[in-house]
Formats: sequence, C-alpha cells, structure tokens
Amino acid sequence: MTVIGVVGAGVMGVGVAQNLAQYGYEVVLVDRTEEILAGARAVIARNCRMSRLMGGPALDPDAILAKITTAVGVEALGKASAVIENVTENWDVKREVHLGLDEVCPPETVIIVNTSAIPITRVAAVGKHPERVIGVHFMNPVPAKPVVEMIPGFHTSASTIERTRELLSGMGKKAVDVKDASGFVSNRVLMLTVNEAAFLVHEGVATAESVDEVFRGCFGHPMGPLETADLIGVDTILYSVEVLYEHYADSKYRPCPLLKQMTDAGLHGRKTGRGFYNYES
Amino acid sequence: MSEMVSTQILSFIQGRFPQAQIGETDDIFACGYINSLFAMELVMFLEKTFEFMIPNDELSIDNFRTVSAMTALVGRQRRGVTVG
Repeated sequence: MTVIGVVGAGVMGVGVAQNLAQYGYEVVLVDRTEEILAGARAVIARNCRMSRLMGGPALDPDAILAKITTAVGVEALGKASAVIENVTENWDVKREVHLGLDEVCPPETVIIVNTSAIPITRVAAVGKHPERVIGVHFMNPVPAKPVVEMIPGFHTSASTIERTRELLSGMGKKAVDVKDASGFVSNRVLMLTVNEAAFLVHEGVATAESVDEVFRGCFGHPMGPLETADLIGVDTILYSVEVLYEHYADSKYRPCPLLKQMTDAGLHGRKTGRGFYNYES
Repeated sequence: MSEMVSTQILSFIQGRFPQAQIGETDDIFACGYINSLFAMELVMFLEKTFEFMIPNDELSIDNFRTVSAMTALVGRQRRGVTVG
C-alpha cells in the first residue's frame, strides 16, 4: 500500500488527507501538537459527514479516518513515497519544515509543496535534492475540486513530474501545467480581483453585497470575490497579496488597507465567524 | 409546534441574509445568493437549536432546500426520539 505523508493539519492539509484516504491511500498526517491533530480528526469526521450535502459522495467517517495515522513532527514521514506539505504561506515556516523533510525523507521521496504563491524553485533550494521538489496548488475544499495547478521548479526532474502526475490522477485530480512564477495563474488573477474588490468597499464605491451580486448576476460566477475571500480567509488573502507584492515589486499588488485592518481585528471570514459577512447566528 | 419550528428556521435564514424574502416552500438555493455552503450552517443551527443529531442518511440537500422541508426533518427526528 502506498503511504503518503501530509504535513500541516490546517484547512488544506485536512482536505488533502481526506482526499487521499477516499482514494485508498494510507496517509500519515503530521503537525506540531497532538491538540491540532485531534482537532483535525474531528474536522475530517465532520467534513465526511457533510460530504453528500455539499454534492460529494456519501462517506463513512470511520472508514476514512481508519486510513489516516496522525503524528507530531515530520520524523514520522521516513517511509512515505511522497510528502505533500501544506503549512502556512510564511517563508520562515516553510523553510524550516523543508529543512526537516530534507533530513528525514530519502532522496527518492517526492516532495510536493502546496502553495498558492511562493515560488517552488525557492522552496526547492532549501534542501539537498531540488530535483524531487515540485509545486501543486490544490483548491479549497480539496476533495471537491477536481483540477489543480502543477508547477515544476527550475531543477525538478522529469521523473518527479511523472510520479506527481500519477499521484494526482490517483487522487482524482487533473493537473494543469503552469510554470514557476509567484501566484502561478490562479492567484495572480484572483488575488488582484479580491484586493480590488476590497478597495471598492474601502472607498465606499459599493457594499460587499453589491460587489458580489455583480459577479454572480452579471458574470454568472457561483460566488462573488468577497464571499470567496471569506471562504479562503481574509488573512490568507492579505498574506498572498503581500507575497505577490514582495516578489514582483510591482505597486499593482499593493494590499488594500481594509484587508490589513480586518486581519488585525480578527475578521478573517468564515473561520472566525465574521469577515466581509457575518456568520454568527 | 411545527409553526414555531418554521418561524425559528426562517428567522435564522433572515438573520444571515437580511435581503431574503422567502416563503416556507421557496427553494433557498435558487434565489441566487445562498449557496450550498450555507447548508452546512443550517445543519449546525438545527442540531444546536433543536438538540438532536441529524442521521447521516438525512443529510441530503433536498432536506434543506425549503423551510418546510427542514421543519419536516425536525419533526421526523423529534418523533424518532419519542418513539425510540
């Protein structure tokens, strides 16, 4: 049985772990503390229970959780044939985790970086085997989104690309090939759209409701950009825009002050009960 | 009893979507601004407010499409508790 390591038990890591388990892989999910991991198991159980409601297949939470082992620290990933890393979009955190993976995983282990904006070549340069490092940008919620961006870094080998494509296909995902540039395709466009939508609210041009209604009603999008921001996390949007700004040194990526204020105030969207909309009953 | 249940459900939906002008039999997901993510919130709300756990086989979107479908769901669970 193929064992896949998953690093980070946040929203993305939990989704990746569930997706892998659904498709028959044995998963080792790691994070920093037992508390985080216990919380992750509870979230996976809840998401499995809600799967059919959200348009997915009926899932037995116990059967899915039986395929997921949890452990504190990356040391538990020595036997994984591939590792999917999903830690916070913060360079210092990513760097430390990849230094650890480089120590623990044998050179033949494929290291997949799940990121929405950090350049893969930069992450690959942290360890001694940049040829086995590749980027995959999964969408949220992971089990429900059939397409991902696949991003080889400068040194990524052909066999790493091939094995990653195979793994993704085994998880029910189609990979769209994208070259390594901060933000890839999806977030170069999406983050600027959300940022500009936040400026519209910040300047009083339109309310969040009106902005979203334009996108739903006029363009037929299932969700407007600010509803999407609340789903992704307003803080995550801010960090992603900041990464783009830092990387391209282009003022078009300057973050909207409203995103900063909301992040400071704890208005992070659905996960904190309030963002551009209020989710507290 | 069921009237009270439906009033509570309706006011929860209107609390989240003040612009919602919906009747008991209107499909809330067809109005354009409520998507299936809200179904998850409805599950949490119903379980917390009416103090029962919705069985997995009842977690289908059709049970959350209208206020009357949700009221019926609550009724079924309450009967289940009394009988069982």
